[in-house]
Amino acid sequence: MTRSFFARHPSVLVFIACLAFFTLLVTILSEGLGIGVISTSFVKTLGKTLCLCLVAIAMDLVWGYAGILSLGHMAFFGLGGYMIGMWLMYERTRDIVVTSLADVEIPPTPQEISDAIGNQIFGVVGSSDFPAVWAFAPSLPAQLALVVLVPGLLALVFGWLAFRSRVTGVYLSILTQAMTLALALYLFQNDSGLRGNNGLSGLQNLPGADTIPQSLISLWFLWGSALALGLGYLLLAWVVSGKFGSVIRGIRDDEARVRFLGYSVEGYKLFVFVLTAVIAGIAGALYYPQAGIINPAELAPIASVYLAVWVAIGGRGRLYGAVIGAAFVSLVSTWFTSGQVPPVDLGFYTINWVDWWQVVLGLSFVLVTIYAPKGIAGLFDLAAGRFPPRRHGAALGPDDGALREKEAEE
Amino acid sequence: MSTLLEVSGVSVTFDGFRAINNLSFQIGKAELRAIIGPNGAGKTTFMDIVTGKTRPDTGRVIWGDKSVSLLKMSEAQIARAGVGRKFQRPTVFEDQSVFDNLLLALKKDRGPFPVLFYRSSARDRERVEELAGEIGLADQLPRKSGELSHGQKQWLEIGMLLAQDPQLLLVDEPAAGMTLEEREHTTDLLVQAAKTRAVVVVEHDMEFVRRLNCKVTVLHEGAVLAEGGLDHVTANKDVIDVYLGR
Ligand SMILES: Nc1ncnc2c1ncn2[C@@H]1O[C@H](COP(=O)(O)OP(=O)(O)OP(=O)(O)O)[C@@H](O)[C@H]1O
Ligand SMILES: [Mg+2]
Repeated sequence: MTRSFFARHPSVLVFIACLAFFTLLVTILSEGLGIGVISTSFVKTLGKTLCLCLVAIAMDLVWGYAGILSLGHMAFFGLGGYMIGMWLMYERTRDIVVTSLADVEIPPTPQEISDAIGNQIFGVVGSSDFPAVWAFAPSLPAQLALVVLVPGLLALVFGWLAFRSRVTGVYLSILTQAMTLALALYLFQNDSGLRGNNGLSGLQNLPGADTIPQSLISLWFLWGSALALGLGYLLLAWVVSGKFGSVIRGIRDDEARVRFLGYSVEGYKLFVFVLTAVIAGIAGALYYPQAGIINPAELAPIASVYLAVWVAIGGRGRLYGAVIGAAFVSLVSTWFTSGQVPPVDLGFYTINWVDWWQVVLGLSFVLVTIYAPKGIAGLFDLAAGRFPPRRHGAALGPDDGALREKEAEE
Repeated sequence: MSTLLEVSGVSVTFDGFRAINNLSFQIGKAELRAIIGPNGAGKTTFMDIVTGKTRPDTGRVIWGDKSVSLLKMSEAQIARAGVGRKFQRPTVFEDQSVFDNLLLALKKDRGPFPVLFYRSSARDRERVEELAGEIGLADQLPRKSGELSHGQKQWLEIGMLLAQDPQLLLVDEPAAGMTLEEREHTTDLLVQAAKTRAVVVVEHDMEFVRRLNCKVTVLHEGAVLAEGGLDHVTANKDVIDVYLGR
């Protein structure tokens, strides 16, 4: 117990080393600073993947460790993206407006500038006034604070209501889906103030950085995403390593028992829910400038379901499993849906992977759940010769739905 | 002898079925009490009421020197107030080590933030080892508790109860699935614990109850049928009819 954190959790050090190596390798192979083997758009894909890994470890904490199957964390991710997107879009449009008005004879008044920006941004939804939600858009620090505050507060209110009423299991999952759906539908409306289904676009252009090529900017974001993932991983590994981790795993396996030990289960759930929502928001804020565009479809309920699928395929209940799952599935997914995979001609039918990928993903999810509940990360156990105790299939927890022996670890 | 827990006039109905019927019960600060009764008498339900798991329809549950009502408190608050409970089926965190189970139960600040920054001190680890010694699991500390035998899990749960350092221990069928030797050891642990706090033991096994050598409360159909020494209650005609004579 007196040994250092890393000595007790060698996987954390291995992970950080792998992440650093990966980032260095991509930098060396990039167009921006290296030998140009990897295209800028692929650097962006990799950077986005790191952000997905970050939201996946948050999902692992809330689901794999605390047992709360939230199907709403991609909504927090999307909200983070919207918050940073507002500043990017405002500031960039202001640059353009100011430049274009620079040549007119009478210098424009601040009101004229503001109107012109409003016209540019909200023209698509037939308006030119700034909605109240854009009040802080001109300020980067304020929007950065909102990246954390908006998902955090939404999670706090939602979680407080749900956990206080002791909504658990499937009902909680459905409730989180309802929350995502409601949020997406709200954002789809033109008068929500966030440009309806057009969403926010042009986010890849950093204000005041017109002269800097995207090949370089893509690397900045790759580094930023890698740093955020590394720090997030360290934080969560620390959170689950001590007594706190012990308590939340206890809540996952037998919530009532934890309560009778004197721990306020609701408080812990709320803590975990809010913390992971904030991490999801930060991940989203790093993701969408690399994606360039965000629209309400990104918050669709299915996105959060995919997140759960990644974590399940990667192996829940351990952070590196979530990273592996998110990276592997999202990259393979990008590959299949990009149309680069040659179609399979069966004679009577041609399998077009763009359409059939969903089916493959769904099937692998079902197969993993049934035959390999530990996911891809379970392979590490096989390699290390670590097997669960043989309990002849008896359930580990006292309740149905508690962990089965195959899933238990640590 | 001052009263630690006073339950009076409590009734509980499940879908029209009266599981607890105008039950009254008292226990002092350092007292050992056995509760016996046939299956379905309401013994576990009684513990559910005291620990806040089940809310009674009527009645009062008064606790401690300050005479606070437990009925307004949550399960966690009641536990923090000093009521510890061992369940009928052993419920330990099977996925975690014996050490972690005991550490989880150790009397410490229970809030999320103190727990997040908690790092076990040498004294805490000593205390855990001491407890493990008492329950005969000293050499099992690093093992996953799911690997323990049924009897060992029962002990671990008793150990967790002691680690909480409660004023009142509610122990539901502690000796189930134990060998004779293990039962004797369990009796010793409970008798020892009752020297400094109140202990309520629910048990079916008469031999076990006899060895506890304490006042006995007989429950039947959710109400107290008889109370007193074991010989006294076993001589009671009603008790013989409903329970012993079967
Ligand atoms: N949540 C519940 N819903 C409906 N009925 C219940 C519930 N809990 C207990 N009961 C019923 O109340 C009665 C008393 O149950 P209880 O578990 O308290 O008995 P017990 O004395 O502990 O029995 P045993 O010796 O079998 O453990 C039983 O008839 C039981 O079926
Ligand atoms: Mg019972």
